[in-house]
Amino acid sequence: MRASYILKLIEKNERIDGRRLDEFRPISIEKDIIEKAEGSARVKLGKTDVIAGIKMEIETPFPDTPNEGVLKTNAEFAPIAHPEFVPGPPSEDATELARVVDRGIRESKSIDLEKLCLVEGEKVWGIFIDIHIINHDGNLIDASALASLAALTTAKIPKYEDGKIVRGEYVGKLPLLHMPINITVYKILGKYVLDLNREEEDVADAWLSIAVREDGYVCSMQKGGNKGLSLKNVDDMIDLAAQKSKELRKLL
Amino acid sequence: MAKIKDIELIKDGKRLDGREPLELREIEMKVGIIPNANGSAMVRFGKTMAVAAVYGPRLLLPKHLQESDRAIVQCRYNMAPFSSDERVKPGPSRREIEISKVVRQAVEPVLFLENYPKTTIDIFIEIIQADGSTRVASVNAASLALADAGVPMRDLVVALSGGKIDGTLILDLNGIEDNNSEADMPLAFTPNKKEITLLQMDGELKPEEIKRLMKEMFKAGEEIYKMQVKALKDRYSV
Amino acid sequence: MMRENGVREIAYPGQILGKKKDFLPGNGTFEDEGNIISKHLGILVRSGNYISVIPLSGVYVPRPGDHVIGIVTAVEKVGWVVDINSPWEAFLSLSEGVDEFIDLKRVLLNKYYDEGDVIYTQILSAKRGDIQLTMKGPAFKKLREGVLVKITPSKVPRLIGKEGSMINLIKEKTKTVIRVGQNGIVWISGEKVDKAIMAIKRIDEKSHIYGLTEEITRMLSD
Repeated sequence: MRASYILKLIEKNERIDGRRLDEFRPISIEKDIIEKAEGSARVKLGKTDVIAGIKMEIETPFPDTPNEGVLKTNAEFAPIAHPEFVPGPPSEDATELARVVDRGIRESKSIDLEKLCLVEGEKVWGIFIDIHIINHDGNLIDASALASLAALTTAKIPKYEDGKIVRGEYVGKLPLLHMPINITVYKILGKYVLDLNREEEDVADAWLSIAVREDGYVCSMQKGGNKGLSLKNVDDMIDLAAQKSKELRKLL
Repeated sequence: MAKIKDIELIKDGKRLDGREPLELREIEMKVGIIPNANGSAMVRFGKTMAVAAVYGPRLLLPKHLQESDRAIVQCRYNMAPFSSDERVKPGPSRREIEISKVVRQAVEPVLFLENYPKTTIDIFIEIIQADGSTRVASVNAASLALADAGVPMRDLVVALSGGKIDGTLILDLNGIEDNNSEADMPLAFTPNKKEITLLQMDGELKPEEIKRLMKEMFKAGEEIYKMQVKALKDRYSV
Repeated sequence: MMRENGVREIAYPGQILGKKKDFLPGNGTFEDEGNIISKHLGILVRSGNYISVIPLSGVYVPRPGDHVIGIVTAVEKVGWVVDINSPWEAFLSLSEGVDEFIDLKRVLLNKYYDEGDVIYTQILSAKRGDIQLTMKGPAFKKLREGVLVKITPSKVPRLIGKEGSMINLIKEKTKTVIRVGQNGIVWISGEKVDKAIMAIKRIDEKSHIYGLTEEITRMLSD
């Protein structure tokens, strides 16, 4: 019943909380909230609440990139966040979210991985982005990507002395080259809607999550949902995401 | 497969394997290759080989997974340990879990799920050899296997990959191109209504490059469609 | 009718078969934007203005009134669970299975039908995956002895043939009694059971070719 009410509103270009179709909920970004992490941020999109923490560890580089640091992104749909989240290994959705957020950051070449080499071929910095969902009220991908990027802007490289990491002492900020913003565009009843809450997500036909760099390049795309999109839908959604990403980028 | 520094992927307008930028690899499709399954198919793009089997619609347990008014679709994409340059550890990796999801969503929209309440349609895909574009080979194989299983479908689903190497837009990336490309974009769509059911991209592309590349992919997709139809009809030749 | 290499015309899912304004959509097809489209990989049949597609594979979907052959898999307090070769389990209730009055305190239900029993039965209702059977009617009974063979449910009409011509041919030539369930389960009993099974399996494999009747006749005359 709730679903049909939401659909009736969308038909009239309205939403339950009075927002426009392309309007985000109130966004709050708090940076550097976890002292023990090398970087951190908490992002709220309405009631959706996500914390991203950055930990840096010493890792061996990949054999084909011996002088580059490694980036790993993980997401935890913590059971505290929603009655449907159960303890256990990451679900299909959690796995997808981590990989999509990772793609946006990695493919946009936001982190200068070459500056993270300690001993070529042997020791490099590993950047671990861990996304922790605190409360799930929809649009987790955008919230997580924003939190991850915000956390990266606060990230500092720890001191490395005599083969040991000296936690609490830093040698400088993590070199960030770009600011990719992820916007997920949903399609409901043929219209494009942004920042869906949990209830609205249940009635969406399909979505396209797009990471756009500040120079307009698209660095990652992921289609989801169990209905199709037309070629025109995809074109429109990319344009909308590119345009909206500029707004969100200003907040960082 | 590894990234190779300073590799020249296009020389004199030809790719490393001799192809033109928009040329597809040799494609082979065979339907009905696993007698035990309700439906099955093998699809090969060059060295990449995917085998799909469909079991179902069949009883779904545990009961709480059942949908009272339709079938659910479960999909598992798995790489055989010997399929790649480096041995792939058995067990689902995060990549395989994500691909299982996108492949499932690539074919779900065409199925008449409401005909089979409380059941499951299981799609299993094994990558026998991986040389780039395995997920789109899988979607083609799944489409054929579902048709072979007699599951009612609105349309077949056609899939291929596209991308950019050394500034040139290309189709059907092989392994070395996949790992060293500037962009990689797998796509699946329904031939009749041209509805996109799978779309991913990683790399760096301008929006107008994406649009241009997708148009080429839709064109090439028509060739793949003809091959699917032929493979289905060949299943029942004399 | 087009004969391409002795194979009947095959339609594939999504194939546009004709326009709604010229034809009528039959089984195995659906309508979309004025077109009649095939839902299946199957045999294309044009009969008058109707276009239908007979699937060449697929599971059995029970329809009320269907005669089917099932195997009892469990005896419960108020009826029996029956496997009817379909994605759903079927249930034969006490009242539909037995005519007489039963004192449940003194009689065990397996006196009537026990686990493993093969029954020739009818679909009473099939709503949303809840399949109910009935044994009411003179044709329905336990099938004793004999052998069971499974074929693709959509090929049952081909096995039976026009007015029973194909199945009767097999029965005569192999001196067997055969019951064909619409769910693709076939029960055979009699003299040349093996020969009958061969013929039935051949029909299952080759329902898409022309000249099948001649081929089966030749096969049975050896």
